[in-house]
Amino acid sequence: MSDNDYIIEMIDVHKWYGSFHVLKDINLKVKKGERIVICGPSGSGKSTMIRCINHLEEHQRGKIVVDGIELTEDIKQIEAIRREVGMVFQHFNLFPHLTILENLTLAPIWVKKMPRAEAEEIAMKYLERVKIPEQRDKYPGQLSGGQQQRVAIARSLCMMPKVMLFDEPTSALDPEMISEVLDVMVELAEEGMTMLCVTHEMGFAKKVADRVIFMDAGQIIEENEPEEFFSNPQNERTQLFLSQIIND
Amino acid sequence: MSKTSYAVGEHPDLEPPASTIGVIGWLRENLFSNWWNSLLTLFGFYLIYLYLPPLVEWMFVKAVWSSPDRVPCDAEGAGACWAFIDNRFTQFMYGFYPKELYWRPNTAGLLLIALMIPLFIKSFRWKWQLGAFILLVYPFIAFVLIHGGYLGFELVETNKWGGLMLTLILSAVGIVASLPIGIVLALGRRSTMPIVKSVCVVYIEFWRGVPLITVLFMSSVMLPLFFPEGTDFDKLARAMIGIIMFQSAYMAEVVRGGLQAIPKGQYEAAASLGLTYWKSMGLIILPQALKLVIPGIVNTFIALFKDTTLVLIIGLFDLLAIIQQANSDPEWLGFDTEGYVFAGLIFWIFCFSMSRYSIALEQKLHTGHKR
Ligand SMILES: Nc1ncnc2c1ncn2[C@@H]1O[C@H](COP(=O)(O)OP(=O)(O)OP(=O)(O)O)[C@@H](O)[C@H]1O
Ligand SMILES: [Mg+2]
Repeated sequence: MSDNDYIIEMIDVHKWYGSFHVLKDINLKVKKGERIVICGPSGSGKSTMIRCINHLEEHQRGKIVVDGIELTEDIKQIEAIRREVGMVFQHFNLFPHLTILENLTLAPIWVKKMPRAEAEEIAMKYLERVKIPEQRDKYPGQLSGGQQQRVAIARSLCMMPKVMLFDEPTSALDPEMISEVLDVMVELAEEGMTMLCVTHEMGFAKKVADRVIFMDAGQIIEENEPEEFFSNPQNERTQLFLSQIIND
Repeated sequence: MSKTSYAVGEHPDLEPPASTIGVIGWLRENLFSNWWNSLLTLFGFYLIYLYLPPLVEWMFVKAVWSSPDRVPCDAEGAGACWAFIDNRFTQFMYGFYPKELYWRPNTAGLLLIALMIPLFIKSFRWKWQLGAFILLVYPFIAFVLIHGGYLGFELVETNKWGGLMLTLILSAVGIVASLPIGIVLALGRRSTMPIVKSVCVVYIEFWRGVPLITVLFMSSVMLPLFFPEGTDFDKLARAMIGIIMFQSAYMAEVVRGGLQAIPKGQYEAAASLGLTYWKSMGLIILPQALKLVIPGIVNTFIALFKDTTLVLIIGLFDLLAIIQQANSDPEWLGFDTEGYVFAGLIFWIFCFSMSRYSIALEQKLHTGHKR
């Protein structure tokens, strides 16, 4: 298989916070169009790992290559990678001083130098896809959590990224809003978007994931197809974790 | 309980109890809610009764509003001598600026007001361009008009400038320059680059640590020692630089307070969209941070406006200095009170307007994200 088939390669990645070894020997290769769900106990390094991919966190050893560009100290490379990689956060992180439409058009206009009219057209297309075009002139503070998260997804999509990273996109939401966000994510997955998703929504994992990755104490402990992963977990830690989240 | 479900309207709206509404209700609630409050209220009324009538009498009823000389003011039982202010009014406004050239600063002032009006019109589409024009081009127009020496305008040295005009020029320059410098310093102080960071820290801590009066004094006495003999660096320009240096350090700390209040997620969201450092600061972080610290910024502006009065120690005649000088005019001795009341009133009007404007701005910029 040629290198170009991988859109993300993490090779022997290590990271420390001070003397705390938070990521240990992470090896992960993601093919174009692959959908990966990452789970694991709290503090196991899931967020840290996916945040290394767009350099919100810096790794100290090993190599990360995104879409053929290696992540180095070079800020130009980092910005180039960030243009290709969208990210959705647990707490939405919409820009509260801008309207929904402005939230969506900001990056296309200022990063991609797109004319405003075109950016607005694209923004409306994605707002319709996440099913809230009528909210365009409101401010984030006037929307429900589920609506805000859908706007955040649309905001990332407006940059037409090649990869989407999700860091627990539904865990700050009330139960009745979780499904509206998951529906959008399922649709996105079905359209062939490459996705890395940290989530404990096992229904979502079973439905769309090509692979499920289990992390514990900074390491990737187990990696499998969802069916196998859930029905026949190999590792003791995985079994314990699965029994816990299925119990509640 | 026999019934657990009620139809809408089964409980009609009732009038609130009479004692909680209307004038009586308000009085009882606010002024006479208990015996201690009632006592304070009565005491307050007594003080007003004691001091307000004589004050009104002095300021308005028995005041001498205009007169070419002090004779009516010296009459038995005369109130405030506003005639003193009246006689000196143009000097209080313009200092020693030549009378026949008053039209020049007037034009500069009116031009500024005219340029600013469109900024407050909602539908005006060139706000950014006009704002840039006011900040970058207007100062030169104003300089040529007020200072002269170019385009055939007669030169008026800065030592002739004075009064309210000088106060406004000093504070406008101070305000307009200290905000951007303060922002840059605040960003620098939060920078991860050690050199940038330490330069900003040293700058801020140095200028915050010395009193403005020392800064002004040094700028007029010490600074010339460092320049070669004969270079004449304008005194007003030196005072301006001193004020800007000093106030930008304060501004930097106010802005830094705002930057610190912005959640990390905002920085991360901006970065993850591929925005560069300056773009994410300019488009995402600063608009939010500055909005948060509007009260602090305006507070600094107000302090700056009042601090300009300190230039009198280096021999510049701002509004307060020129009033003090008039107070010692042998023709009008003994009307210091009127002079200071007038100065106080002018300063209060400007400071209060700034404060009201800041409240209006805060409300306008509120986008309902704080719930
Ligand atoms: N800035 C930091 N400085 C020091 N330690 C940190 C920092 N951020 C995270 N950590 C530690 O690194 C470990 C991994 O954190 P991370 O956020 O990646 O966990 P996670 O798997 O995403 O957990 P959760 O499910 O709670 O989000 C945790 O033990 C955390 O305490
Ligand atoms: Mg996490």
